[in-house]
Amino acid sequence: MPKLIKNGALAPDRWTVLKEATGPEVLQVLLGKNLIVPLKFWKLYRAELNDYPGEIAVWLNSNENVADIAGELNQFSLIALNFPVFSDGRSYTNARALRERYAYQGEIRAIGDVLRDQLFYMSRCGFDAFELRHDQDEAACLQSFNDFTTSYQATITEPRPLFRRRQ
Amino acid sequence: MYQYDKYDHQMLADRVAQFRDQTARFLDGQLADGEFLPLRLQNGLYIQRLAPMLRIAVPYGMLSSTQLRKLAHIARYYDKGYAHFTTRQNVQFNWPQLEEVPDILAHLAEVEMHAIQTSGNCIRNTTTDQFAGVAPDELEDSRPYCEIIRQWSTFHPEFAFLPRKFKIAVCGTKVDQAATQVHDIGIYLVKGPGGDVGFRILAGGGLGRTPVIGQEVFEFVEKKHLLTALEAILRVYNREGRRDNKYKARIKILVKETGLDAFRAKVMDEWSVIKDSQLTLTDEEISRCKAYFVDPPYAALDDRPEALAKPLQSNVLFANWFEQNVRPHKKSGYAIATVCLKETGVAPGDVTDTQLEHIADFADKYSFGEIRVTHHQNIVLADVRQEDLYALFQDLQSQSLASHNLGLITDMICCPGGDFCALANAKSIPIAEAVQRRFDNFQRIKEIGQMNINISGCMNACGHHHVGNIGILGVDKKGEEFYQISLGGSSKNEASLGKIIGPSFAQEEIPDVIEKIVDVYTAQRTSGEKFIDTYNRIGIEPFKESVYAKAD
Repeated sequence: MPKLIKNGALAPDRWTVLKEATGPEVLQVLLGKNLIVPLKFWKLYRAELNDYPGEIAVWLNSNENVADIAGELNQFSLIALNFPVFSDGRSYTNARALRERYAYQGEIRAIGDVLRDQLFYMSRCGFDAFELRHDQDEAACLQSFNDFTTSYQATITEPRPLFRRRQ
Repeated sequence: MYQYDKYDHQMLADRVAQFRDQTARFLDGQLADGEFLPLRLQNGLYIQRLAPMLRIAVPYGMLSSTQLRKLAHIARYYDKGYAHFTTRQNVQFNWPQLEEVPDILAHLAEVEMHAIQTSGNCIRNTTTDQFAGVAPDELEDSRPYCEIIRQWSTFHPEFAFLPRKFKIAVCGTKVDQAATQVHDIGIYLVKGPGGDVGFRILAGGGLGRTPVIGQEVFEFVEKKHLLTALEAILRVYNREGRRDNKYKARIKILVKETGLDAFRAKVMDEWSVIKDSQLTLTDEEISRCKAYFVDPPYAALDDRPEALAKPLQSNVLFANWFEQNVRPHKKSGYAIATVCLKETGVAPGDVTDTQLEHIADFADKYSFGEIRVTHHQNIVLADVRQEDLYALFQDLQSQSLASHNLGLITDMICCPGGDFCALANAKSIPIAEAVQRRFDNFQRIKEIGQMNINISGCMNACGHHHVGNIGILGVDKKGEEFYQISLGGSSKNEASLGKIIGPSFAQEEIPDVIEKIVDVYTAQRTSGEKFIDTYNRIGIEPFKESVYAKAD
């Protein structure tokens, strides 16, 4: 069972991530589950997904751009952004774009190589759910959101930069 | 200089605690090598050939005497008694123990110093002109803007895992001392159409494997838009910079492959979203930062006092030092003195713990307690009374710090090279020393005049060899160390990249080769002509002929 942190606490996961999918027949096996499907899959099989009895969300890999689905964001209650490896920083920019440019209000979930030492930065870029890599210690991960008391930048969690907050 | 408030202090304390925890987890095996790597790099910690190397940030080159004394303490207790100043105005220690690094960081935090983002694929230390605030030809002091950029770039959550490292330089003077055009982003303070001072912003410059001069992305931005403009450039780079090949990952490749116009259009698109956001600088913030860089309490003094004129006539060493190492100051009666860390036989940029303490004392005694580090790996006392110059010179002499070769052929830029660095293909320090030993006659090197030799031990170009008048690059040929020579580089306003002269040379040939190049220059130059101008006039051929001429 993957470990999920949502809004600062451990949470049960009501979603299933479809990591790879070749064709729509896979949906038959998963009937009824709420699915996070790859962006390409969602684009190719929209008709099949419309008939699917369960909620559908998408995930984007780090080389995909959220601008690609900018007009359709409101049909998703969740968008997941993948970290193929923790040192690939592109999903941070995608998360910020979702929140800032497209004012996306739903859940933004980090999936993939999601590690304790990056959670704080992810949360500041707009992620509010984190599917931890299997070996991560949940307690330490929860603690890491408090690694820093304050920050300089304007971000999603603190829209004013420090220079507008200094006292 | 900038003073931390409770917020800045808190962030540093949090960082030390965080890194202590990360180091502990690494040491007991909870954190894999590959996962600890970027964390330690973003704290300036490399694992090197002989020991870890810790690089400490000196934001835009400014240090107080208190900070210098702390560096001396660290050199003495955690290193082998010396520190090394780098070409990015930073300080490196070559012998710390990994286990002790959190303690070193705690020491540094006490004096408002750190190692944050001195390495790794993130925004590095912002650099500027070492004469900022005192140069007579300055449009405006660049340091308040460097500090604003420092804060914006420190722990920026979106840009901690960029495709590659990212370097920003700011220049506020007519004569560019900061090599601004060969940075990922280069910022010039300029007057806009309405007469107000703002910024001209270049992107895509850089050295390394593929040296490139930066291209203009913003012709002029108002001051208040500085950070949103930078954020827009970084956002495009983070999303689109290449991640498939380390050697093509710098922004210069992205700008080149995208094309300047298309790149600019992408930046403008991002900028349009954030241009007037909360990140827009306020007048209060600009004034707040400027207030840390106001003039020190200068006295009303005349130029060329008796106390200077007299020893200039009686002491030839002092006269030489004055001529080479002292520059005019914007304020009458004051001068800018550079301590050249290029004594023959000492690795360029190296200083001992005791020398650091003495420099701190000299700064207190003569220059309002502040020093600056230059990207030429020297140290500047920026506010010395002209009447004190002779006393300062004598004090420097007593500590072997009165080397008077600033800007001359023996004032070389040199990376630590194969003696220390795990990346190096070849040694660089012994090359610098061999050249210094060849040119050991001051009269001769003075006749040669302004000339800079830059030495890098590998393609990463920490020694800026591309922009040396003479560049020396260490290369590996079937396991043996060879050196490639390039000519005609410059990092000044007329920035240019050196051209490789031909096949590489063995280590022992280098002093002869340099001498032949110098001989061609001195024979061919017209009166007062700089090396770079002679080179541009006569081309590379005459140098080539002389260097590769067969002995009869």
